[in-house]
Amino acid sequence: MAQQLQQGLFLALAGVAVVAALGVIFNRNAVHSALSLLANFVALAMLYVLLNAQFIAIVQVAVYAGAIVVLFLFVVMLLGAGGEMQMGGWLNWRTAFIVAAALVLLTLTGTAVFEGTINGAIGTATPEQIAQVGQTEAVGTALFTDYLLPFELASVLLLVGMLGAVVLGQRWRGAIAGRPSGEAE
Amino acid sequence: MDWISLLLVPAIKSLVVVVALLTGFAYLSYVERKLVARFQVRYGPNRAGPFGILQPISDALKMVFKEEIVPLNVDHVVYLLSPALTVMPALVIWAVIPVSGASFTLFGQTITPYVSDVNVGLLYILAIASLATYGIVLAGWSSNNKYSLLGALRTSSQMLSYELPMGITLVSVLLIAGSLSLVDIVQAQRGVWFALLQPIGFIIYFICGLAEAGRSPFDLPETENELVSGFATEYGGIKFALFFMGEYIHMITISALATTFFLGGWYGPFVNQIPVLGLVYFLIKVAFMIFLIVWIRASLPRIRYDKLMHFCWKFLLPLSLLNLVVTAVVLVLVG
Repeated sequence: MAQQLQQGLFLALAGVAVVAALGVIFNRNAVHSALSLLANFVALAMLYVLLNAQFIAIVQVAVYAGAIVVLFLFVVMLLGAGGEMQMGGWLNWRTAFIVAAALVLLTLTGTAVFEGTINGAIGTATPEQIAQVGQTEAVGTALFTDYLLPFELASVLLLVGMLGAVVLGQRWRGAIAGRPSGEAE
Repeated sequence: MDWISLLLVPAIKSLVVVVALLTGFAYLSYVERKLVARFQVRYGPNRAGPFGILQPISDALKMVFKEEIVPLNVDHVVYLLSPALTVMPALVIWAVIPVSGASFTLFGQTITPYVSDVNVGLLYILAIASLATYGIVLAGWSSNNKYSLLGALRTSSQMLSYELPMGITLVSVLLIAGSLSLVDIVQAQRGVWFALLQPIGFIIYFICGLAEAGRSPFDLPETENELVSGFATEYGGIKFALFFMGEYIHMITISALATTFFLGGWYGPFVNQIPVLGLVYFLIKVAFMIFLIVWIRASLPRIRYDKLMHFCWKFLLPLSLLNLVVTAVVLVLVG
């Protein structure tokens, strides 16, 4: 029973994810594309839950659905969503490149799926162990012991990005004369 | 009978929670109008039924039978979707809130007092709360109205900003409780409520909760004196009622979370002898928090938008970080 339920849920969610992914590409309205992306992320998060990875699922919702798509929406809404860029016919270098890249990707994916050679490195943890310590604890322990250096480096990288954004914003603000810097929102 | 415990029981529990919340919303609007009226030395609604207690029902009937008006040039799908997106997160959060301490047995099934006890409960709440922004942003954008768009932008930046100190405060709670599961967090308050261990955290959480739910004095979403009605300007009838419902259910949810994280959840005297008291204590604490929120609405004026952002980024955020550091250091020293 649980098995069948899981399979049915998987098929339904995978269907939603694929349809939403197609929606991202084929929608002519950028806001609708962003919404499709949101639906895709949520469906993916539920697939993670089916795989017993609740922590990853929650992070997927919080980071991708909760933060990144909101930023996409802001950018699209504030910079004008309506205008779709016209490329003048479909037969040009751009389309050719996209088709070539898609074919390469398709070949790679096909090989991987049918040869069955893509397997990530398998760790030592078993589902029972993880259930015992808790998922968040397991991820946290891994991050702060085995992967401490990459983790800290990534945080420095994020800090650099943030500082860069602040510096760029300040330079732009200096161009607006006579505006006290503490006053803007 | 696997499917009963797998599908039927959670479905019925969800239904009970949703119906309770919708009823709670209807009567919360009545209670708020009554309370605010009393604070202002008025009577409040007193025509429909004795003491006006049928007011929510007549309001609902009026909303349902109003003519459906959709303005020109709106983005139809998004325009109709966004009210639902506003209500959804506030309801879905209830899946992990334990409303009582004791499980009971009914028709051979053990019924737990929560829909689901996931071991990432606290993160789940933060993740779902971050989805609450969508309904408002999309409502503002799809309405094709400048007031709506301005209101939506304000609201979403307000909600995104206040999520930060709220999350950091909850990390302090997490440090003390040592678990992300809400059931465990409540059980960690068996001896002493976290509101006493984390007074600053409790206040920060409450302020951020007001801002998240868009309640006074942070009700910038519907600044009627400058933005007509903010993101909800172009909505009427049942669609407006859904936004209204979103705000009120959000208020109940924020109160329930404050109860769970800081006020000991369903703990209270004699709760071990009489398990049903757990639910009673939980409801009393939630009602108290809601009363505080209404009281604040009746007492404080709205703050200016830039002050609101400064308050969050220059005061609440550093304070919550400091609170987190102090909590961590004390915990290490105490052991």
